[in-house]
Amino acid sequence: MAVAAEAVVEAQFVEHRRGFRRRWYRTPSFVAGVSILGLIVLGALAAPLITQHNPTDQDLLHTLAGPSRSHWLCTDDLGRDVWSRLVYGARTDLRVAFLAVVFPFTIGTVLGLVSGYYGGWIDTTTNWLVNVVVAFPFFVLIIALVFVLGPGTRSIYIAITLVGWVSYTRIIRGEVLVAKRREYVLAARAAGLSDRRILSRHLLPNVVTQAIVFACSDVVLDILAIVTLGYLGLGVQPPTPDWGRMAADGQTFLTTHWELSTIPGIAIIITALGLSLLADGLADLLRPE
Amino acid sequence: MTEPLLRVEGLRVEFNLARGVLRAVDGASFEVQPGEALGIVGESGSGKTMALRALVGLLPPAASVTAGTVEIDGVDVTVASEVRRRELRGRTVSMIFQEPMTALNPVMRVGRQIAEMPLVRLGLSRREARDRALELMRLVGIPDPKRRSLAYPHELSGGMRQRVMIAIALSADPKLILCDEPTTALDVTIQDQILKLLGTLQRDLGVSLVFVSHDLAVIAQTCTRVAVMYAGQVVETGTVDAVFREPRHPYTLGLLRSVPDFDSVRGRLSSIPGSPPDLALPPAGCRFHPRCPFVQDDCVGAPIPLIELAGERATRCLYHERCAEDARREPVVARG
Repeated sequence: MAVAAEAVVEAQFVEHRRGFRRRWYRTPSFVAGVSILGLIVLGALAAPLITQHNPTDQDLLHTLAGPSRSHWLCTDDLGRDVWSRLVYGARTDLRVAFLAVVFPFTIGTVLGLVSGYYGGWIDTTTNWLVNVVVAFPFFVLIIALVFVLGPGTRSIYIAITLVGWVSYTRIIRGEVLVAKRREYVLAARAAGLSDRRILSRHLLPNVVTQAIVFACSDVVLDILAIVTLGYLGLGVQPPTPDWGRMAADGQTFLTTHWELSTIPGIAIIITALGLSLLADGLADLLRPE
Repeated sequence: MTEPLLRVEGLRVEFNLARGVLRAVDGASFEVQPGEALGIVGESGSGKTMALRALVGLLPPAASVTAGTVEIDGVDVTVASEVRRRELRGRTVSMIFQEPMTALNPVMRVGRQIAEMPLVRLGLSRREARDRALELMRLVGIPDPKRRSLAYPHELSGGMRQRVMIAIALSADPKLILCDEPTTALDVTIQDQILKLLGTLQRDLGVSLVFVSHDLAVIAQTCTRVAVMYAGQVVETGTVDAVFREPRHPYTLGLLRSVPDFDSVRGRLSSIPGSPPDLALPPAGCRFHPRCPFVQDDCVGAPIPLIELAGERATRCLYHERCAEDARREPVVARG
């Protein structure tokens, strides 16, 4: 009996010990999210290997062709291979979306840490800025900013950074307000550690989880923004393939060739689904003990 | 007599609340000599924790020191710059907290937490700091330090966590360690181990301790001198022996009387009637008078000063003789 009890205790210890590594495969949403996203990323990386055609090569003799051995997902109105464009489009859109999350994540996290920890005028100013940005709808602001800055990926990064940091600041600030009342922060101060060290070594690792989880769903939002901008002609510029552009171009032929708009649409949905599942799984796995 | 390591004079800590000013600590004075252990006893809300936090300048945002001086190693902390104060923290004074679970960073391996001060404050190299952490873990009696240093706080038991806290507190060779109820969250056998450890460390390393607790037995076991706090004031000071054998303040007497005595079980545990006063509106005169069995007319008027007595004792009671008499008639019991 006692031996069995000890074995259980030991097992629990090991369980805790390797918490993340032992539990990840028992979190279905995490596994599903990683698999879906992994396949898409793998496909994007291996684009030259899994496609036969250059995504920008036009073949005006075979426009709007149906599925064939050579073009299994048809061709578009300029005779370009839809499958190639889809795969290369994933390269563009994923890269832009992930990069576009990095800047607001960093800026927003730092601002949230500082404003939550110090309070006072820093917090007041930050909150004021957050409220100004939040007052506008996300897409309206992004579209307006890109319109002003001129189309292209650089503008997308700038616009998403200017708008996106607020969410991270709000999340991190809230977490810091709770965490800084905890005794370990008091203990760190009683040890005479500098504010910078307390912020970076003690507070940040304790509060960043929520921001990471949010970042996963933020990538979805960014993909949608990029695709929307592409659809409006403000996003990634042709001839670079991009799912938004593909959906927009296919629109003209919606009644006769619905697949031209539908295929990139489905790709967007699957990617978003993968990211959402991943975010869900991460939220479960990274929850503090 | 040598220069005291810690000298607190007329310390006053006030909270600015919506309903008025709350005086959490009102004119507390005490001293700690190098290598000495001072106990501060009092019930919850008597201001002992706030007094302790004021010593290192770590009061909550709403509270501030409004009067008095706190001299640590010759530096007046109340007027020193924040930079100077930070210099003292950890190096000269360190702290041990009540709840080792919340006082350790939950997402940092304990070895790194112990190595942090040597690394940052003592300027040791990464390897030296790690070796120092292992050495400290051995010193505080953590078995298998190499393996434990890789553990996260939630993987350790309460007693082990408190040992880690003590190792952190010792890590920069402080002269004074402030202990805020370090054993309250532990069960009695572990509590005893931790107290013995603190006693050994105090003797061997020559550090001074300030030991805040509501548990008289804990104070009796660890300290040589004691200050009893009630409603923000120090009401009695002296050696643990003298104060616990022959209290000269009715509050101390009441505390000692409410320690359960297993040799003569009397059915009901005696307690002090009434409840502690509202610190925003303390009673006039002696703050204990509404609950005092010996209360006289002149206890109610003017504030009672701390009266110096023979044998380096002091009390805030005008009728301390009656207290002592009562204690002689029916001896009080303090375990430990």
